[in-house]
Amino acid sequence: MKNDPAIHVENLTKMFGDFTAVNSISFQVGKGEVFGFLGANGAGKTTAMKMLIGISKPTSGQARVAGFNVRTHAEEVKNSIGYMSQKFSLYNDLTIKENIVFFGGIYGLPKSVLKEKTQALVDELGLHDHADALVRSLPLGWKQKVAFSVALLHNPKIIFLDEPTGGVDPITRRQFWEMIYREASKGVTIFVTTHYMDEAEYCDRVSIMVEGNIEALDTPNKLKERYQVGSMNEVFLKLARNIE
Amino acid sequence: MSISLKNIGKSYGAVKALSNISFDVKQGELFGLIGPDGAGKTTLFRILTTLLFPDNGEAKVSGYDIIRDFKDIRSHVGYMPGRFSLYQDLTVEENLNFFATIFGTTIAENYDLIKDIYEHIEPFKDRRAGKLSGGMKQKLALSCALIHKPRVLFLDEPTTGVDPVSRKELWEMLKRLQQKGITILVSTAYMDEASLCDRIALIQDGTILKIDRPQVIIDTFPSKIYNVKADSTYRLLQDLALYPDTHSVYPFGEYSHFTSADPDFKPSDLMRFLQEKQHSGIEVSETPATIEDAFMELSKASELIDN
Repeated sequence: MKNDPAIHVENLTKMFGDFTAVNSISFQVGKGEVFGFLGANGAGKTTAMKMLIGISKPTSGQARVAGFNVRTHAEEVKNSIGYMSQKFSLYNDLTIKENIVFFGGIYGLPKSVLKEKTQALVDELGLHDHADALVRSLPLGWKQKVAFSVALLHNPKIIFLDEPTGGVDPITRRQFWEMIYREASKGVTIFVTTHYMDEAEYCDRVSIMVEGNIEALDTPNKLKERYQVGSMNEVFLKLARNIE
Repeated sequence: MSISLKNIGKSYGAVKALSNISFDVKQGELFGLIGPDGAGKTTLFRILTTLLFPDNGEAKVSGYDIIRDFKDIRSHVGYMPGRFSLYQDLTVEENLNFFATIFGTTIAENYDLIKDIYEHIEPFKDRRAGKLSGGMKQKLALSCALIHKPRVLFLDEPTTGVDPVSRKELWEMLKRLQQKGITILVSTAYMDEASLCDRIALIQDGTILKIDRPQVIIDTFPSKIYNVKADSTYRLLQDLALYPDTHSVYPFGEYSHFTSADPDFKPSDLMRFLQEKQHSGIEVSETPATIEDAFMELSKASELIDN
């Protein structure tokens, strides 16, 4: 079991009526890898991700996430993963502490553990003066750092991040990526979906989805070499067709 | 000057959104306001489009004073707010017609100006705006902002939430509008878009850090930047921070950007240090600065002054 990939996808397909949103994609993500999952609007990345986190059933094909089959063991998948998105991650009307207790409670952490974890999280982020402040009042970058830590509360094996650092100031953004690398170095697998190509540059490997298919999958460096361009943005523009 | 601001300030209660902002945008210039979420960009747009009074300072748009001549400004500027603000229940064509009528014109009269953009969505002109995709919404919003042939166009974060293909299209549209003589003030949180502007203002916490041509900002970066790479990124970042005289270490895609405070810094010394720390796959090479490097350097300096 130890050498099993964190995510193993084989011929995964999702149809909506006659429309093939995800067309028999296959890939693996290793333990502790930072994996970027890219695609234009409408390319099928959200549909694919929904299958991986156990909230949408594949039409055909297989996916194992943290060792669990997403079709037959969706609840075990959900317990093994964390999720954070730019759009929704914390309740604005709750304080930092209340958010931690709320999300920890949802994941079934015992009170004693939760108390300890709350303290550790506040210490680590240096938020002592703000632990009782409403999340609404925090700058975006702080919110994102708290949200990431909250997504880690139940020690997930894999974290799914949806455009985690868009709009965040450059220095805080780097602190955020340091947190991501720290978790990856502990063996947590990081799965990032984004359409900001500068975020893609931080990943160990990236895949690019175009019209339901994975058109490319490699390290950012190798992709840039293959398409003879200087940035992931240019790689993306060469591959992606705008389907609108 | 097409837009000029002198000491514009604005607070919301105890929160200072803008402090003493001054800059000029020339006629026909494509000027970028570059800064993260919460920097004050939207507040500045709302002041210049006469939707909000500043607490202090003066500003003129197309020769009109933002307070005294607010009505004139409204008929001469186009404004595309960050949030989609068209009528979701009206069709594409009804929205465009509505804005044309409000400004006392017709779609036909200024069709030339919007043709390039509107063409993409014209096949869907009977679709309700709320049912459009993100990229199409944006094209409609831009068409509506242009239908009265404004002299100055304000675009607040037009590329937020937009995929790279649509982003590229948008910047191409802006270049074409600029060639038609329209002055454009555009904001973005994405530093890689800075190079597409004639001049940029870097803004953070309501303060302007720097105004110049993007290339000048890059060329005048005060120190040499090294791309450093090793197999374990996290350990590398920590060890680089421990190196004597390190000035800054930032993860930057697959590399880390490293600057030293030591004028006699030698890359070979750093290589040796990392080897001693048991790193593998070590690379150290000089790399040109980016706008993001400059932004971080400037914001670091301004924080030092604040403290």
